[in-house]
Amino acid sequence: MADIRNNFVGIKSPNPFWLASAPPTDKAYNVERAFKAGWGGVVWKTLGEEGPPVVNVNGPRYGAIWGGDRRLLGFNNIELITDRDLYRNLTEIKQVKKNWPDRAVVVSIMVPCEEDAWKAILPLVEETEADGIELNFGCPHGMSERGMGAAVGQVPEYVEMVVRWCKQYSRMPVITKLTPNITDVRQPARAAKNGGTDAVSLINTINSITGVDLDTFAPMPTIDGKGTHGGYCGPAAKPIALHMVADIARDPETYGLPISGIGGISTWRDAAEFMALGAGNVQVCTAAMVYGFKIVEELVSGLSNWMDEKGHKTLDDITGRATRNVTDWQFLNLNYITKAKIDQDTCISCGRCHIACEDTSHQAIMKEKDGKRHFEVMDDQCVGCNLCVNVCPIEDCITMIALEPGTMDTRTGKQVDPHYANWTTHLNNPMAKAAIEPAE
Amino acid sequence: MSGDMLKEGIVPGRLSTGQYAQNFSELHPPLGRHEAFVEADRCYFCYDAPCMNACPTSIDVPLFIREISTDNPLGAAKTILAQNILGGMCARVCPTEQLCEDACVRMEAEGKPVKIGQLQRYATDIAMEERKQFFTRAPGTGKKIAVVGAGPSGLAAAHRLSMHGHEVTIFDARPKAGGLNEYGIATYKTPEGFAQAEVDYVTAIGGITIELGQALGRELSLAQLSTDFDAVFLGIGLGGVNALRAEGEKEGLHGLQDAVDFIAELRQATDLATLPVGRRVVVIGGGMTAIDAAVQSKLLGAEEVTICYRRGQEHMSASGFEQDLAASKGVTIRHWLQPKRVLTEHGKVTGVELEYTELKDGRLAGIGRTITIEADQVFKAIGQTLEDQSAAGLELNGGRVQADAEGRTSRARVWAGGDCVDAGDDLTVTAVAQGRDAAESINRYLAGI
Repeated sequence: MADIRNNFVGIKSPNPFWLASAPPTDKAYNVERAFKAGWGGVVWKTLGEEGPPVVNVNGPRYGAIWGGDRRLLGFNNIELITDRDLYRNLTEIKQVKKNWPDRAVVVSIMVPCEEDAWKAILPLVEETEADGIELNFGCPHGMSERGMGAAVGQVPEYVEMVVRWCKQYSRMPVITKLTPNITDVRQPARAAKNGGTDAVSLINTINSITGVDLDTFAPMPTIDGKGTHGGYCGPAAKPIALHMVADIARDPETYGLPISGIGGISTWRDAAEFMALGAGNVQVCTAAMVYGFKIVEELVSGLSNWMDEKGHKTLDDITGRATRNVTDWQFLNLNYITKAKIDQDTCISCGRCHIACEDTSHQAIMKEKDGKRHFEVMDDQCVGCNLCVNVCPIEDCITMIALEPGTMDTRTGKQVDPHYANWTTHLNNPMAKAAIEPAE
Repeated sequence: MSGDMLKEGIVPGRLSTGQYAQNFSELHPPLGRHEAFVEADRCYFCYDAPCMNACPTSIDVPLFIREISTDNPLGAAKTILAQNILGGMCARVCPTEQLCEDACVRMEAEGKPVKIGQLQRYATDIAMEERKQFFTRAPGTGKKIAVVGAGPSGLAAAHRLSMHGHEVTIFDARPKAGGLNEYGIATYKTPEGFAQAEVDYVTAIGGITIELGQALGRELSLAQLSTDFDAVFLGIGLGGVNALRAEGEKEGLHGLQDAVDFIAELRQATDLATLPVGRRVVVIGGGMTAIDAAVQSKLLGAEEVTICYRRGQEHMSASGFEQDLAASKGVTIRHWLQPKRVLTEHGKVTGVELEYTELKDGRLAGIGRTITIEADQVFKAIGQTLEDQSAAGLELNGGRVQADAEGRTSRARVWAGGDCVDAGDDLTVTAVAQGRDAAESINRYLAGI
């Protein structure tokens, strides 16, 4: 049985599945339910400074996009940080941590970018005996207009400065939550590291408008005829988050910095992918908001069954295992040649591969054989682009098969070279250098 | 009112009022908007879609389903009606399980096709409810065309001819237009006057006049029509019924009836409780008509209903779905039995004697052994024929009007389509395709193309 206990910057939890700082972790009632359901930890919804709490809109706070059968694919929100009284939150946090000593309770914080403000709140949080803090430098709407959230996260110097204050005035582990609304996510990650952060977590939500109401010509979600950008998340955000996690994981300047992966994680497989790219644990929000807390049972059983099947004993066996395989385009092996192959036994003859290839790509899939409807790849036209695999409705019906070295690529009329060769040394590259080894 | 199912003979009122209503309610209730979206999601938008190629009218199925899925039902309806102006009726009566849905790639994938027929109905119902007309008439050509028969082929021909700017007069022998849509389809498939609503919808394009009570060989002659009109389209269907060729069969025998008449009577009835039906019913035949007559006999309260077909199950022209439907309603289907003698007592039917059959060297033959099934009502459903005189002056082929691929008959300026032609396959949708294509042929002829 795989051991999926998690130790993230010294914060222990029975599994690597935490609920992200968001509506599901706004109060003791929800968090108690989450722990009963089996979640390993929570990041309590962001606390603000002492004083009158923030005010939320009372119209719609969420928007979404859907796929087939109205499955939610992407989600967005314009909710702000907690709108409950600071002390009420602190009291509840303390009680919940006392009730659930084996679970991780991390507190998200966002106060103005002033030393005194941070100095004031840190001891209050520390007093709850929570396991750590997460700095909300990512919230893209509302709070950023007031100089907080993403407005801080987008300026590496501010990130470094605030992290430094937190390390200075608190003994708690500091996790710095990064915004994706930036050109190069490595910059704030490096800044956080320089400030002394124990870890980064990412991604926060992405600036977005989920749609436009075509009757009122207003963006959605619509509040009295108007809308504003919200934070985008959910399954559709996952590829963006994976890339950013990988970028930080393989950046020499932040290499080894613990990462808590966030962004569209809905299944155990998503979680395993984030961890493989370098995340030490993961945080989930949208999937829980869509299906309820029970999904953690699937996350736990799926992850441990997969680990058992593959012989991975602990989370350390999988964390970062894929990081080394993320490289730059220029280092990809240009002598690796694949051809699509359609399994005629599972093909249902929908013809989607043909029309996709014919209309938009390389005219490499025939639609007829001996006068009958039949779809087959013509190797002498196939460039191995994978479009047909992606549009095929039947899983594993079309697969990409690598040509064995020494065999003939009928498209180019050349034998497949057994040696690795990339763009940096390619004849067509005016900047070509002498051969170098692939990135490790 | 409570009924008495066990009453002997052919009598009305076997069921309670509530049971009649329940039995004859619609077979497939229409899809709601949510159901339509869920179902439309299942369509893969295939290339050169097999469903489209399986449709005799070549409706662009993937396109109309995609239009439904994007909440554009009127766009979907136009896509359907552009190919098949009777798309509403076809959505209800097409044997989709033998056509588009049988070809659906989802059959291959998981044995459950997209419900194409039901989606087609969803879109066309919305267009008809909104009385949305998608097609307009070309400037008048001054040409006059006679269409004989206001059934599916005639209506389709008339609509297309009107679109091209011709003036159309439709003649029909019956008191109502619609042909088999009005008189020949089981009540539970098209309740609530749908056939007439569709006739109104199709003719709303304008330029179409309908004259009822006018039959070819009675009030009308082909010679006169050819004189009075620039072209003639015949969609006269098959008005006659094949005989059983069994001993004891005679005209007017109490209890021996044509299934098509029974079905028509049912469709026209205002009170089902007044319709008599036997306690024990035997239907001879193996097609849709046999199934419709048998199922409806059962629904009217017959205690025992048996379909007897002279060949095996695999030879029945009724679809598997129809056979299952009959079985689910309690109809017994027996194979390899041909009628030998109609048994009577005091001028009333008391049963049928049937001979077991087999295929010998590819030919059907009786094996000399018989069985008797008690019945007080026997329906003939062994195929229809051209009515005498209706096609006088035209070359026939296998008892039907000979027509080429465009519907041209042996006589100049006379086209034909639907069940009456040799290429007909007794499907509404084929009749529509033939009417439409003949109209295009007529238009080309009149334009001198």
